[in-house]
Amino acid sequence: MYEGVVQRLIDELGLLPGVGPKSAQRIAFHVLAADPVDVKRLAHVLLEVKEKVRFCRICGNVAAEEECRICRDPRRDPHVICVVEESKDVVAIEKTREFRGRYHVLGGAISPIEGVGPDDLRIRELMTRLADGEVTELILATDPNLEGEATATYLARLLKPMGLKVTRLASGLPVGGDLEYADEVTLGRAFEGRRLLDV
Amino acid sequence: MHVAHLSLTDFRSYAEVELPLEPGVTALVGPNGHGKTNLIEAIGYVATHGSHRVASDAPLVRHGAARAIVRAAIVHEDRRALVELEINPGRANRARLNRSPVPRPRDVLGMLRTVLFAPEDLAMVKGDPAERRRFLDDLLVARAPRFAGVRADYERVLKQRNALLRSAAKSGRTRAGALPTLDVWDSHLSRAGAELLGARLELVAALRPLVATAYSALAPSSGAAEFDYKCSTELPDTTDREVLAAALQAGLAAVRSNELERGITLVGPHRDELALRLGPLPARGYASHGESWSYALALRLAAYELLRADAGDPVLILDDVFAELDTQRRARLADFVAPAEQVLITAAVPEDVPPRLAGARYDITEATATRTP
Repeated sequence: MYEGVVQRLIDELGLLPGVGPKSAQRIAFHVLAADPVDVKRLAHVLLEVKEKVRFCRICGNVAAEEECRICRDPRRDPHVICVVEESKDVVAIEKTREFRGRYHVLGGAISPIEGVGPDDLRIRELMTRLADGEVTELILATDPNLEGEATATYLARLLKPMGLKVTRLASGLPVGGDLEYADEVTLGRAFEGRRLLDV
Repeated sequence: MHVAHLSLTDFRSYAEVELPLEPGVTALVGPNGHGKTNLIEAIGYVATHGSHRVASDAPLVRHGAARAIVRAAIVHEDRRALVELEINPGRANRARLNRSPVPRPRDVLGMLRTVLFAPEDLAMVKGDPAERRRFLDDLLVARAPRFAGVRADYERVLKQRNALLRSAAKSGRTRAGALPTLDVWDSHLSRAGAELLGARLELVAALRPLVATAYSALAPSSGAAEFDYKCSTELPDTTDREVLAAALQAGLAAVRSNELERGITLVGPHRDELALRLGPLPARGYASHGESWSYALALRLAAYELLRADAGDPVLILDDVFAELDTQRRARLADFVAPAEQVLITAAVPEDVPPRLAGARYDITEATATRTP
């Protein structure tokens, strides 16, 4: 145990995800040794991020204003929406530069164990966005694990009566990998999702 | 296949032990509580990544140590492989194959295949249905390691679905609201369940003649050993996974209101039973102690035959079983296991081991193993 505020700093840091007691102590002493200007800047950014950043009114992505950069961008295709679990998934997909439509961030996946049901996700907001008929295709890009799959199935069933084109991201072999190193589940999925080779 | 060398660090009572082994019979002899079973438990762990005695890994690590390490050199058809497992209770275990780390420990499952006979086996006949389901599922994994994943997937879906049912049962609220998600879990449970169920049905069919033969050799004067797979819902006579999935889904739909009331999943492979019979009577409750033992041995011997037909002799391990058997059963069991490539036996006194199984011997006292010529 350290005295007073040092221990409090360690305790607070220890609450962050991925930071154990040892790391918390290391970060705390780094802060103690650091230039006061640097520490002020960090403190300022921490406060600012809580004050200024909000979630996009339309898609639920993190945004600096009421609507996020992507939803405001007129060059993005308004007919396609890609549904993801978290904001960090948006960043991952943006990096591919493959997708030119817009996003919808659910804020998680259905998981009864953690008490997360459809009502806890931004599904109602998604339905509102689809109401005016401008969107024609929905890409379900939830994680390829049980909870992500269940969420995708749930959405697909919910959306079926609307007559939209609903697609699911393919799962299968990693590009640049070797077939022999793929596990059976992935390889099995890749077989299921095989496609015709156009030549 | 056989284990050519076993070495343990901080496993159970052993700080450090090296045990060179050979094909043929090896008996580990010593007083109870001195660490015979710990040695074969370690070999079993290399094969199944679990202990036959405890459900969690924590008791496997020597008191005061942070981790246990099990190394086994395995010889299969003249190829030698070194499998190393680092057991870290509460954290992920790590595995190395021929000194190179593998991404996941289950990548080395299947390197060693064992069939273990232990006093606990009696529970397969006398105990709860869960014991017989575990026998089937463990054997599926031993035959094809990918079933470890199938089993884990099913358990995960089941947990999610039970959590949903429980919350719906508890709050009574939004039953209508929970229903659409329940439909989703139904379809995922049916698909994962059909995979497991289909494999079990095929396994039961393969075991049936083998168990009957082994049992009649062990207990010639007793009734015939037969069994049926009793599913928690009505099944068509097929192992087609699509058809089974549809049957499970229909079964779930039929019990839904009951499930919502009780808050648990009532249909699926986790509720099924392998009903053992001796002639016309159920083995559980009707079989004598000796008959129950013969039945348990017959199940294990059938598993051994099946694994052997797949990919050559698995290692046979007999943990303290001879002490439980009368002379006649001892001799018959010895006849069955003697031809195996490697047989490892533990016994408190050397006289318990039938003469037919004479071979190498280690004396185990206070967690040290001494070779006895």
